[in-house]
Amino acid sequence: MLSSESKKVNLLAVLTTIAIIVATGMIFFYLPQMTGGSSEVLGESFKIFYIHLPIAFTSYLAFFIVFVAGIMYLRSSNKKWDILARSSAEVGIGFAFLVIATGSIWAKAVWGWYWIWEPRLTTSLVLLLVYLAYFMVRQSIDEPETRARLSSIFGIVGFAAVPLSFLSVRLWRSVHPLMFGESIYGGSGGGLEGPSLILTLLVNFIAFFMLFATLFVYKIQNEELKEQVNDLKQSME
Amino acid sequence: MIQSLRIALKDLKSEFRTKQMLNSMLVFSLIVIVIFSISFGNLLNRSQIIGQLAPGVLWISFTFAGTLGLSRSFAAELENGCLDGLKLCSFNWNSIYIGKMLSSTILMITIELIIIPLFIVFFNFNIQGIHGLFIILVLGTIGYISVGTLLSALTVNIRTREILLPVLLLPLIIPILLPAVLATGKLFSGGNITDVFQEIRLLIVYDIIFFVIAQLVFEYAIQD
Repeated sequence: MLSSESKKVNLLAVLTTIAIIVATGMIFFYLPQMTGGSSEVLGESFKIFYIHLPIAFTSYLAFFIVFVAGIMYLRSSNKKWDILARSSAEVGIGFAFLVIATGSIWAKAVWGWYWIWEPRLTTSLVLLLVYLAYFMVRQSIDEPETRARLSSIFGIVGFAAVPLSFLSVRLWRSVHPLMFGESIYGGSGGGLEGPSLILTLLVNFIAFFMLFATLFVYKIQNEELKEQVNDLKQSME
Repeated sequence: MIQSLRIALKDLKSEFRTKQMLNSMLVFSLIVIVIFSISFGNLLNRSQIIGQLAPGVLWISFTFAGTLGLSRSFAAELENGCLDGLKLCSFNWNSIYIGKMLSSTILMITIELIIIPLFIVFFNFNIQGIHGLFIILVLGTIGYISVGTLLSALTVNIRTREILLPVLLLPLIIPILLPAVLATGKLFSGGNITDVFQEIRLLIVYDIIFFVIAQLVFEYAIQD
């Protein structure tokens, strides 16, 4: 049984690798030259957007899973939800870091600085900090059930920081570019024109969701093994 | 509701009897402000720069003083098993949360009311929109305390709670600090209430969100 399951996971990993390669290839070889809102030609640096946006959404998804799993744990006290929450948080932290890293690389090329203090950037940093604190909670409690309960609470409260991160670009005047929708100050998103751009973005979205899924599944398996080892250790004593 | 008022009254009564927490929070936030005032010494006559720095200083001092109070808020109840007593005697655990929140909020606002005049003196301010500032202070404090009280309860049984509380609290309250600092800055630079309407709205939204979430999860935080 285990072998067929691990075969599936391996297949997923292979598919993810292919998807990432295709997605990255599309960014560099398939995309036509980009023009901005006032039809100036955007530099090569803009291509990072196709990675940046999917990663950002994936990190939100990861933290949404932490949030939901936290609620489910408090309702049911089932260890399975705790495993789900901590696996998702750990993978999510990686993605949240990548959001900031890719954003900074782009900012250096376009704004000239890696970092500026403005709401959107600050809130994505806060998002990362909140989930680092989540692991601080986990680390400082030894008793597994208390740990699961308290970290679920923190995951739920911490999720309140995520909507702010998402909405802030629309609430404050911000230098962070807005691609879709309209801000309340009347400036609307640049939007993406042309099917090839949308297709590239879509493929990247799929690739990064698959990457998340793969890492998530591996992490869950890992944590389940850890639980088994712990149980065995306890039965030995 | 009456239960939570009783808990708040009990807290305040024991606090004002010793004034232990009040004094240390007051002195602490005063010292923070004085240190900043000294380090900005030769900028004090340039009101443009001070106007941008001061709101942050003010909120830093309140935040740090607040963590002092919050770390004791539930830890004080551990002595002689008071927390267990509280859990036994009130019908609804949420009233413990509301009571604790009320007493901490009142304590914080008392400190803020003492600190603000001193702050104005140290940083050479004249504030026109003082009632606007009061609204921001109250809203900011409520949001801060509603998260802080929950985390204080959450960390109360953890060994390293004094270290852990600030680490957990500070990132979570940034959604509140951000609009509060921005609004305070606008008021210091001569704005009135209508200029900070956006921030007030955001503060209210976050106060409600955090208060409701804390209500929902509080009983899980103190069960054992």
